[in-house]
Amino acid sequence: MSEFLQMGGYAAYVWSAYGITLIVLVVNIWAAFRSHTGALVRIHHENRPERSGRQPTVRQIT
Amino acid sequence: MYRLAGQLAPWFAVTAGLLLLTGTYGGLVLAPADYLQGDGFRIIYVHVPSAYLSMLAYIIMATSAVVGFIWRIKMAHGLAVSAAPLGASFTLLALVTGGIWGKPMWGTYWQWADARLMSELLLLFLFAGYMVLRASFDDREKADRVSAILAAVGVINIPIIHYSVEWWSTLHQGPTIAKLDQPSITMDMLSPLLVMILGFTIFFAWLLCKRLQGEILNREGHARWVEKLLEEITR
Repeated sequence: MSEFLQMGGYAAYVWSAYGITLIVLVVNIWAAFRSHTGALVRIHHENRPERSGRQPTVRQIT
Repeated sequence: MYRLAGQLAPWFAVTAGLLLLTGTYGGLVLAPADYLQGDGFRIIYVHVPSAYLSMLAYIIMATSAVVGFIWRIKMAHGLAVSAAPLGASFTLLALVTGGIWGKPMWGTYWQWADARLMSELLLLFLFAGYMVLRASFDDREKADRVSAILAAVGVINIPIIHYSVEWWSTLHQGPTIAKLDQPSITMDMLSPLLVMILGFTIFFAWLLCKRLQGEILNREGHARWVEKLLEEITR
């Protein structure tokens, strides 16, 4: 196991490259979902301003 | 189209997840160490897919922007807008993982004189330019048309990136897979790479669907079907 983690001496390079890749993938997922959800929420508010007293939460909409 | 994207998205998500996990396991564990680069070569499994995807994303962005420009299709512009931030992020990832790989192998993170590195950096600026240019217009239709021109002109950079390693053989190595005769890499090293490339592509398709959904809502927020949709999901 520790041999695997050491990556033949390239641990710092290999693991940082994979770590950054993971971060980029996760941030992309988060941002894409946020843009979709954000559009839904915004349009919901725009389309029915009369009911602004009781807005459903983001969770309900998505 | 909105519903189609919504239906496809979960399938893409699951497939991409499985492929990326399999490919990562194959790349980090199953593939043998390189005789020259040892375990350092394993960065290839994240670097090459992200670099390839950066170009694919640009081609998709530019093609749909041009289609939207010529036939005045809003949806096509929406697709281009959705592809831009994804493409930009994978371009950045390709540059960063390339730098991390370059340090132990070339002795440097970055080389200003290398044609491959420069053309990939230009790709990042093209994605960023496309987004900044759009943001500078209040009128969406005007933004669509002007940014489409930028996207179209930037396509010139794609073959430059691809052939840069052959036209100017500077620091970056030549092609490994995209050779017509035979790839200069063995099967047990190649197969995880192909799995990763496919995984990255489907991951991109997944988030493209999500972003396109948001973009469609932004553009057609007041259409009747959107109101119906909102009623359905808030019921």
